[in-house]
Amino acid sequence: MYAAIVFLPLLGFLLAGPFGWRIGPRPSEIVTTSLLCVSALLSFIVFFQVALGTAPASVSVIGNWFTSGALRVDWSLRIDTLTAVMLVVVTMVSSLVHLYSIGYMQDDPSRPRFFAYLSLFTFAMLMLVTADNLVQMFFGWEGVGLASYLLIGFWYEKPSANAAAIKAFVVNRVGDFGFALGIFLVFTLTNSVGFDQIFAAAPGLANKAVHVFGLDMDAMTITCLLLFMGAMGKSAQFLLHTWLPDAMEGPTPVSALIHAATMVTAGVFMVARLSPLFEQAPAALSFVTIIGATTAFFAATIGLVQNDIKRVIAYSTCSQLGYMFVGLGVGGYSLGIFHLFTHAFFKALLFLCAGSVITAMHHEQDMRNMGGLWRKIPFTFAMMTIGTLALTGVPFTAGYYSKDAIIEAAFASDRAGAFYGYVLTAAAAGLTAFYSWRLVFLTFFGAPRWEAAGQGAGHDHAAHGHEGHALDPHESPLTMLIPLGVLALGALFAGIVFSHDFIGEGGAEFWKGALYLGPDNHLLEAREDIPAFARQLPTLMMAFGSLVAILFYVLAPSIPQRLAQIARPLYEFLLNKWYFDELYDLIFVRPAVWLGRQFWKGGDGAIIDRLGPDGVAARVVDVTGRVVKLQSGYIYHYAFAMLVGLAAVTTWYVASGVR
Amino acid sequence: MFGFGILSCIVFLPLAGAGFILALRGNDEATLENARRAALGTTLIVFLLSLYAYARFDPSSSAFQFVEEKGWFGHGLVYKMGVDGISFPFVLLTTFLMPICILASWQSIQNRVKEYMIVFLVLETLMIGVFCALDLLLFYLFFEGGLIPMFLIIGIWGHTRRVYASFKFFLYTLAGSLLMLLAIMAMYGVAGTTDIAVLLHTHFPSSMQKWLWLAFFASLAVKTPMWPVHTWLPDAHVEAPTAGSVILAGVLLKFGGYGFIRFSLPMFPEASAYFAPLVFALSVIAIIYTSLVALVQEDMKKLIAYTSVAHMGLVTMGIFSVTPQGVQGAVFQMVSHGLVSAALFLCVGVLYDRLHTHEIAAYGGLVARMPIYAAVFMIFTLANLGLPGTSGFIGEFLTLLGTFRINSWVALLATTGVIWSVAYALYLYRRIIFGVLDKPNLAPILDFSWREATLFAPLVALTIFFGVYPTPVLEASAAAISALIKGYDTALGETKTAALFRLKAE
Repeated sequence: MYAAIVFLPLLGFLLAGPFGWRIGPRPSEIVTTSLLCVSALLSFIVFFQVALGTAPASVSVIGNWFTSGALRVDWSLRIDTLTAVMLVVVTMVSSLVHLYSIGYMQDDPSRPRFFAYLSLFTFAMLMLVTADNLVQMFFGWEGVGLASYLLIGFWYEKPSANAAAIKAFVVNRVGDFGFALGIFLVFTLTNSVGFDQIFAAAPGLANKAVHVFGLDMDAMTITCLLLFMGAMGKSAQFLLHTWLPDAMEGPTPVSALIHAATMVTAGVFMVARLSPLFEQAPAALSFVTIIGATTAFFAATIGLVQNDIKRVIAYSTCSQLGYMFVGLGVGGYSLGIFHLFTHAFFKALLFLCAGSVITAMHHEQDMRNMGGLWRKIPFTFAMMTIGTLALTGVPFTAGYYSKDAIIEAAFASDRAGAFYGYVLTAAAAGLTAFYSWRLVFLTFFGAPRWEAAGQGAGHDHAAHGHEGHALDPHESPLTMLIPLGVLALGALFAGIVFSHDFIGEGGAEFWKGALYLGPDNHLLEAREDIPAFARQLPTLMMAFGSLVAILFYVLAPSIPQRLAQIARPLYEFLLNKWYFDELYDLIFVRPAVWLGRQFWKGGDGAIIDRLGPDGVAARVVDVTGRVVKLQSGYIYHYAFAMLVGLAAVTTWYVASGVR
Repeated sequence: MFGFGILSCIVFLPLAGAGFILALRGNDEATLENARRAALGTTLIVFLLSLYAYARFDPSSSAFQFVEEKGWFGHGLVYKMGVDGISFPFVLLTTFLMPICILASWQSIQNRVKEYMIVFLVLETLMIGVFCALDLLLFYLFFEGGLIPMFLIIGIWGHTRRVYASFKFFLYTLAGSLLMLLAIMAMYGVAGTTDIAVLLHTHFPSSMQKWLWLAFFASLAVKTPMWPVHTWLPDAHVEAPTAGSVILAGVLLKFGGYGFIRFSLPMFPEASAYFAPLVFALSVIAIIYTSLVALVQEDMKKLIAYTSVAHMGLVTMGIFSVTPQGVQGAVFQMVSHGLVSAALFLCVGVLYDRLHTHEIAAYGGLVARMPIYAAVFMIFTLANLGLPGTSGFIGEFLTLLGTFRINSWVALLATTGVIWSVAYALYLYRRIIFGVLDKPNLAPILDFSWREATLFAPLVALTIFFGVYPTPVLEASAAAISALIKGYDTALGETKTAALFRLKAE
C-alpha cells in the first residue's frame, strides 16, 4: 500500500507525459486526477493507522540504488507519523489541485503536459517525504525542484516565465550546494547516510570538533548549518528567497500546490526529520530561529505594498515559512510541523481563490484593477474570507492554534535568539493581518475599478484565447469550487481538531518518537506557563492589523496614498522588495558573466592559445624555414645525417643495455 | 573462439570490416549503401560480442580476465590483451557508441563515404585496443594510433576551420605523447619488461616516480583534457562532424582518466600522493573556470565542449582522492559522460543537419515544432547538470563525496559546479527550445525521423536506467578498484585518511 501511494502519481506521469498527445487532454486529466485521488485515499488510511492508530512505524526497502565502499544507498519507504502527516498534506492538496486544474486550465492546449508535470511533482515530493536516507531525500528534493522549474516555465513562450523558472532552479541549487556538502560531511562523520544509523551516531558526536574547511568546528553545528542551507533554498528563506515571488509566473494551481502547500515546506520537513541531529546543535537551531524570524518579518513588510494578488500571497507564504522555522528553531519541532499542516489548508485555499478571482477577471492579477467583486463571485469571496481568517489567526480557526503556538513558544524558550524570534513574529502577526485584509478589501470591496480600467485589461488575453469577451466577472466552474470548499473546511477546523494530537497532551502518543526531543527540551510544557500578556499579544496584534486595514481600505481610502507620498523612500524600498534582485544581479550574475568572458577571450584565447599551440605553430613555421635551407639535395649530406643518428641511437641502446 | 581470444575478436573485427569496405568497388549509391550497411553490421556484431564477453565477465575478481599473450618480436615486446573491472566498462561504452555513430552519419556524410566508414572502423579497433592492451608498448601504439583517424575525421569531414582545429588537436596530443614514450622506455630500463601486469607490482624509486608521473601526466592531461591544456577540445568539437564529436567526447576523452587509474595511481603511488594537490588545483580550476566560460558561449558545440572539461575535472579530482567512492565515481562519471555528452552532441547534430549552423542565436522556440526532440534534449540537459535519477548524478555525487574526506576545500569548490551546471545547461536549453518560434527559416523544421529516434532511444534508456540502478557499472569496477586502493595504501605505508581527516574531542 505504501508503494502504491508513492508510485501511482508516477504512473500518472508516465501515462499523461509520453502518451498524453495520443490519449488526448481529457483522458489525461481523468487518469492523473483519479490516480492521485486513490493515492490520497490510501494516505488517509495510513494516517489513521500510523498516526492516530497504533500501527508501528516501518521502513520497507524497495531495492539498492548504489553502493560504493562503505556507502550504501537504498530506495526505501520510511513510514512514521511525520511521514504520514506529510503524505496526507501532499496527496490531498495535490489531488484537489488536480481537480481544480481541470477547470482552471480548460482553455490551455497543453493540458496533458500540465497534468503530467503535476503528477511528476507529486511523485518526487512523496519520494522526499518517505526517504529513509539523505540521498533519496536529495533525489526527491531535486525532483521537486525540477517539477517546479517545468511548471513555473509552463508557458514557455513568455520570457518572464522562462527567466523565473531558471532563477528558481539556480537559487534552489545554491541551497542544494549546502545540502550536498552536508551529506558529504554526515557520511564522513558517521560512515553512513541512512537515517537510523546517523541518528544513532548523533549523540556521540555532540560537542566533538571536526577539522573541515581548514578550521576546527563543532561537528554537529557545521553539519546542521550545511543541511539547513538546503532548507533555506527550498523554503525560500531570507537571502535565498528571491525565486519564490518570481515563481508566480507559473499557473495559479501550481502556486497553490508547489509554492504554498508542499514543496516550499520541504525545508521545514527536513529539519523536523533531522531533529536528532539538530537537537545536538543548539547553535544551528539558534541560526534557524534567527533566519526564520527575519524572513517572517521581512517578507511581511514587502507583502504590505505589493499590488499583484499572487505576489501578496507569495510573500505571505515566505513569511509563514519563517514562522515554521522559528517553531523548529526554538526546539518545538511539532509546532513547526503543525503550522505546516494547517498552513497547507489555508494557503492553498487562498491561492486557489486567487486563481478563481483571476479566472473571473480574465487573467488580470493587479488588484488595482479589481474591486467590488464580492457581488459577482460570492462563493469565492466567502472562501477567501475563510482563508484570511485562518491565516491571520482569528480565534478557533486553524492559524489561531498553530501560528500563535509558535509565537508563544518563542516567548517561552530560553534558547539563544528565541526572544528575537518572539518580537519579530509577533510584529509580523500584525503585518499579516494588515496585508491579508488589504488584499480582501482591494479585491472584493470598494468601487469596481475593472470597469474604469476598460475591457481587455488582462495582459494575457490574446495568449489565452479570450479576445472579444466583455469583462464580466463570473463565478468559476464546479471543479474549481469543490476544492475551495474542502480546503475551507480544513482552514476552519484543522486547528481545533488536531491541536491536541500535534502539539497538545496527545503529542507523545501521536508522534511516537518520529520527532526527537533532547532530554532538556521541555518547551511544550514551558509554553503552558507563559504570562497572559504574552499569550494575548498575537491576537491583539492581529486585531490591530485588521483594524488598520479597515481604516486604510474601507473607511478612509485616501490614507495609503498619502502615506506612500510622505514616506516615499520607505515605500519604494518595500515595493522593490528591499532591492534584493538588483543587489544579486550586481554581485553575482554580472560578475559571473564578466568572468566567463574574461576567461574565454582572455584566459583561453589571449594567454593559453597564444603561448601554447598558436605560438608553437608560429615557431614551427620559423624553424621549418631554416630547415628548408638544410635540404641541400646532396645524397652524402643525408647519408651523413643518417649515420650520425644511427650512431646516437646505438650508443644510447648499448649504454642502457650495459646498465 | 576462432582460434584466438574473444578480446582479439572484438578488437580486430572492425579492421576486417574495414578491409571488406576497402574491397568494395564503384562509387554509385548502391555501393555506398553497402559500405554503410557493412560498417553498421560490423559494429553491431562487435557490440554483441562485447555483450557476450560481459556475460562471461566475473565482476567479483580483481584480476585481468580473457588474457591472451603471444610473442611479437623479440622478447620483451609481446602482444598481451586482457580486461578487468576498470577497463571493461569502457570497452562496452565504445562498442555501444560505435553503431550509433555509424547511424548518425548515415545521411549527413555524403562525400568519401567509404573512406569515412573505413576510418571509423579503424578508429574502433584502436580505441578498444587502448582499453584491452596489457603491454605498455602495445597500449602506446593503440593510444597514439587513435590520433591519426581522429585527425583525419576532423581534417577531412570537418567544417570550415577544420585544418586549424585538426592541427591544434594533433599538436597538443602529440606533444604530450612523446614524453610518455620516453617514460615507457625508462620504465623498460628498470623493469626489463613492458608487461603491465608486471609493472603494476614493480616498485620504482621515489625520485624516478616523480619524473615518470610527470611524463605520463603530460600526455594524459592533454587527452582528458585538464585545464590549461584544454583549448584544443572546443575547436576540435566545433569543427568535427557529429559522429566525430560523439567519439571524441564519448571515448577519446576517457583515455586520460583511464590512464591515470591504470598507470599513475598503481605504478607511481608516491608520486601520485605527492602531486595530488596539483591535480586537485587544476581540477577545481577546470570546474569553475570552464563552467563560467560555458555560460557565455554562443556556439552550441563549444558550450557542450566546455562543459565536458568541467565534468572531466570531477573525474581527475575523484581519481586522485584515491577513495573507493572517488575512483568508482570517476569511472562511473566517465561512462555516464560518454553517454550524455555523446547524446548532447547528437542533439546538436540533429539541428545542424537541418539548419547547418551551431550558432545558438539561430534557434529558439523549437518546442513548438519539435516536441519529441525537446523532451529528449531536456533529459540529457538534466543528466548534464547531474539531476538525481539520471546517470549524471551518481558520478558527480560519488566523486565529490570521495574527495570531501580527503580535502574538504577541494570538495567545497568543486561542489559549486552544481550551481554553474544548472545555469549554463538551462540557459542553453531556454535559448534553443523555449521562447516564441519566430525565425522564418525554423518554421518548416521537422521533428525526429525514425532513424534519429532509433539513435536516441538506447541513450535515453541507459541514461535513466543507470541513474536509477547504476549497480552494473559500479559492481563491475568494485573489486578491481578496491584492490587498486589497497595496493596504493600499502605502497604509501600509512593510513592517509586518518591523517588528513580527524575528529577530536574538545
